[in-house]
Amino acid sequence: MPEQEAATTISARGLTRSFGSHIAVNNLTLEVRRGEVLGFLGPNGAGKTTTMQMLTGNLAPTRGAISICGIDLLEEPTAAKARIGYLPEVPPLYRELTVDEYLLLAAKLHRLPGARRREAIAAAKQRCGLVDAGAKLIGTLSRGYQQRVGIAQAIVHSPDVVILDEPTVGLDPNQMREIRGLIRELGGAHSVILSTHILPEVEAACDRVQIMHHGNIVYGDTIAGLQQFQSGATVLLGLRHPPPLEELAAVPGVAAAECVEPTLFRIQFSANADPTDALVRQAAAREWVLYRLNPAQTSLEDVFVNLTRREDNA
Amino acid sequence: MILTIAGKELKALFASPLAWVVLTVTQIIVGYVFLRRLDDFLQLQPQFLQMANPPGATELVAAPTFGTAAGVLLFAVPILAMRLIAEERRNQTMVLLVSAPVSITGIVIGKFLGLTAFLLAIVALVALMPLSLAVGTDLDHGLLAGLVAGIALLAASFAAVSLFVSCLTVHPVAAAIGAFAALLGMMLAGEAAGDGLRARGWPVAASLAQVLSPIKNFEPFGKGMLDSYAIACSALLIAFFLALAIRQLDAQRLRG
Repeated sequence: MPEQEAATTISARGLTRSFGSHIAVNNLTLEVRRGEVLGFLGPNGAGKTTTMQMLTGNLAPTRGAISICGIDLLEEPTAAKARIGYLPEVPPLYRELTVDEYLLLAAKLHRLPGARRREAIAAAKQRCGLVDAGAKLIGTLSRGYQQRVGIAQAIVHSPDVVILDEPTVGLDPNQMREIRGLIRELGGAHSVILSTHILPEVEAACDRVQIMHHGNIVYGDTIAGLQQFQSGATVLLGLRHPPPLEELAAVPGVAAAECVEPTLFRIQFSANADPTDALVRQAAAREWVLYRLNPAQTSLEDVFVNLTRREDNA
Repeated sequence: MILTIAGKELKALFASPLAWVVLTVTQIIVGYVFLRRLDDFLQLQPQFLQMANPPGATELVAAPTFGTAAGVLLFAVPILAMRLIAEERRNQTMVLLVSAPVSITGIVIGKFLGLTAFLLAIVALVALMPLSLAVGTDLDHGLLAGLVAGIALLAASFAAVSLFVSCLTVHPVAAAIGAFAALLGMMLAGEAAGDGLRARGWPVAASLAQVLSPIKNFEPFGKGMLDSYAIACSALLIAFFLALAIRQLDAQRLRG
């Protein structure tokens, strides 16, 4: 097994890829530590898939370096690729093979020694819920099961880095939940890079998020840090008898107040302040009739929309 | 690793109806020609008795049977080879191989060996027909071995050329037609260049043109000659087109 349990399993520096005059990925830097799940977000066409293809050696970068557990992917491609498991957007499945035959092929291709293959295949099937599907032809499986076979293929050789490109596209909500659970579980032993444009998926499964737009990384932080983005948090405040906006904005610790609906306000906190308590007291004292107080909707979505729209307007 | 890919190709071929159809059609066509030739031979046999040095069954029946098999391969190999790269890229399964710790060279050689192994199965089935004559007559084993070796080399040459053409497109049918055109074109060009150069008194250049024409390399085997020059030409042709295929696939990784 890996001789050095390097903390950083995958690192890319100054990664650039251009197709003719079009720059698909521009000077991208990325680092994932062992046991971490990195969410790779971006609108369609942001360059996510191109990045994944470069990280897995399917596409040569125009500039930049990639190293997998300290092994340079461009210098020693076979040694580096042995440590990667990759599920592309379209799972590379041979429809005419059975699940067992296919996973055996994947194990052999990834140089898994003969003695460990059977065990590894059983473990991968167990993790992906394919135990009963071993003898079935891949072509006859449903979309969700095919996706699971694709994931099983990516983890059968227990690679250090698992790269999943939009693994839940086309799945029903239950299957999505299962796959997300599986991704979380994978994060324990492997590093996972999860590319997606589905925001709840990132919030549910990832430790860290990077947002990509027009080939550039426009944002990168932990999920926890994300909540504090946009200079402090916000709450939604519902009042039956609302006062003028200025009165709300005057409450200590409130940076700005904004009217969403006639009785619903978005209150933005000043940095390092939490005026929730003050707001509740004021509401009671001045008979504003508080009926609703909750954190504003998924902050990730706000961040995403802000970042990707802002650049479009610029 | 190369053998893993070769085995996978072989398995995929036998899992698809295409391979079985090709096997069946080959058997029917070659079998028909074999029986026709055998019939002719039996009718001519009384006349042979009066000849001092009559031609044998191997020469009159086996050689044309293998000649027909060569013709059938000219159609069959491009169809079988279109799956190798073009269809894998179209189905986006090529990613599995490229992402695995296998070099492009390994992928190309593995696929070539897988297809060639299948073609050798066809050759073996074809060889069984003349071999069955051993029940009733003495066979010229040297000539038969030469024919088998010749057609195996021919099949491998066809496979290398078709494999390269399969790398050029993601449309399997375009790959098959392209490979067929390439093989036919090479045959005609090799022939024409050979004749033209010989007519001008450049025999060396004329023999070099032989490299281009797999059928021309097959001819000496059909006469029972184990021609080392023809073997070298075939080997060169195979190596050249495999190298081109590797280059082409590598370029796709760079170009995207």
